[in-house]
Amino acid sequence: MKSCLVVDDSKVIRKVARHILETLNFSVDEAEDGRQALNRCEEAMPDVILLDWNMPVMSGMEFLRALRGSDQPTQPKVVFCTTENDIGHIRAAIAAGADEYVMKPFDRETIHSKLQIVGLA
Amino acid sequence: MELSSASQRILASLLEARSGQQLTFSRRWRIDSALSSILREHGFASLDQLVARLVSSRDKALTDQVVEALLNNETYFFRDKLPFDLLLGGPLAKLEKARARERRITIWCAGCSTGQEAYSLAMSFADEPNRWLGWRIEIVATDLSRSAVERARSGTYSQFEVQRGLPVMQMVRWFEELGGGEWQIAKKLREAVRFEVGNIIEPPPSPGRFDIILCRNVLLYFAPEMRRMAFNRMAAAIAPDGALMLGAGETVLGQTDKFVSDSQHRGLYVPAPARSAATARVA
Repeated sequence: MKSCLVVDDSKVIRKVARHILETLNFSVDEAEDGRQALNRCEEAMPDVILLDWNMPVMSGMEFLRALRGSDQPTQPKVVFCTTENDIGHIRAAIAAGADEYVMKPFDRETIHSKLQIVGLA
Repeated sequence: MELSSASQRILASLLEARSGQQLTFSRRWRIDSALSSILREHGFASLDQLVARLVSSRDKALTDQVVEALLNNETYFFRDKLPFDLLLGGPLAKLEKARARERRITIWCAGCSTGQEAYSLAMSFADEPNRWLGWRIEIVATDLSRSAVERARSGTYSQFEVQRGLPVMQMVRWFEELGGGEWQIAKKLREAVRFEVGNIIEPPPSPGRFDIILCRNVLLYFAPEMRRMAFNRMAAAIAPDGALMLGAGETVLGQTDKFVSDSQHRGLYVPAPARSAATARVA
């Protein structure tokens, strides 16, 4: 079973994403911001991270830069999942090391297809 | 919403006569939602009233609108991913060698809906400009729905549609953000696909002979006899060394003897080998 860390400050989004991912046979862990997500990754690196952009404490972009700059032996796939839906943000995310990008709102098919693209579904 | 069984039968007959598609039991639940905007637009109080108008007035525009609304236009870029990977890896590489002299490949997307799969192929060719330099890649895409074909031609998709199945790198490379959540595919790709209104059970579009045919999630809505007709049309239009891609849940088994599974690429189909005259006589 593949693992996914859902990083989003919205409890509702985390719940919806968890439900979708579990139906896709993923084990799911959650974090409310980038700082919590880094802690989770230190404990156990997931296969993929579904990452919001705007969060308190540490944003998704700050988290991604810290993760990609770390000396972790394995790097997870990172799929941004955000309401920042303009081309500028998308390019910035790719430049920072995001593997895929989901513009909210999303549905099961969108998440599934993005996980297929990164080779995890 | 009120819909008598007589009205259901009329709608089912209308859809089948116009499109070849069946309004199977599994599709009837969505009649309400499919036709609700037409009810509002024309001020009908019930579905039965709408059907009564269809029967009594022979209003062609309204009939077209109803048939279009009942068709399932669900599609997305690189749908199911794996069959696209297979097609682009195996059969296309084979065709590249086989057509090295004429440097021409013809593709027909039959039942293209709003165009995402046709554009997926166009993008795949455009992503390898050196490989296909000097080649003529003809992609023809047809659909029964005029409104779907018009949308396909515009190459404009909502934010929701543009990200379904499409890798973000290709989205950034080939789409322009129009604002208001709309994205448009590059002019170069819009010009790379010819979209036409057409039904799969009618003669194929020009040039009439295709190296690759995509007919995905279309035939499952057809009655067996119509499905056989569609397979016959595609068999007549496909090159002897061509490849057919159906939807993920579709097969030729038990449907037609004109195609067989591609033994090297599971999920793709190739024209059945021609039987010798002697074998055909025995059969």
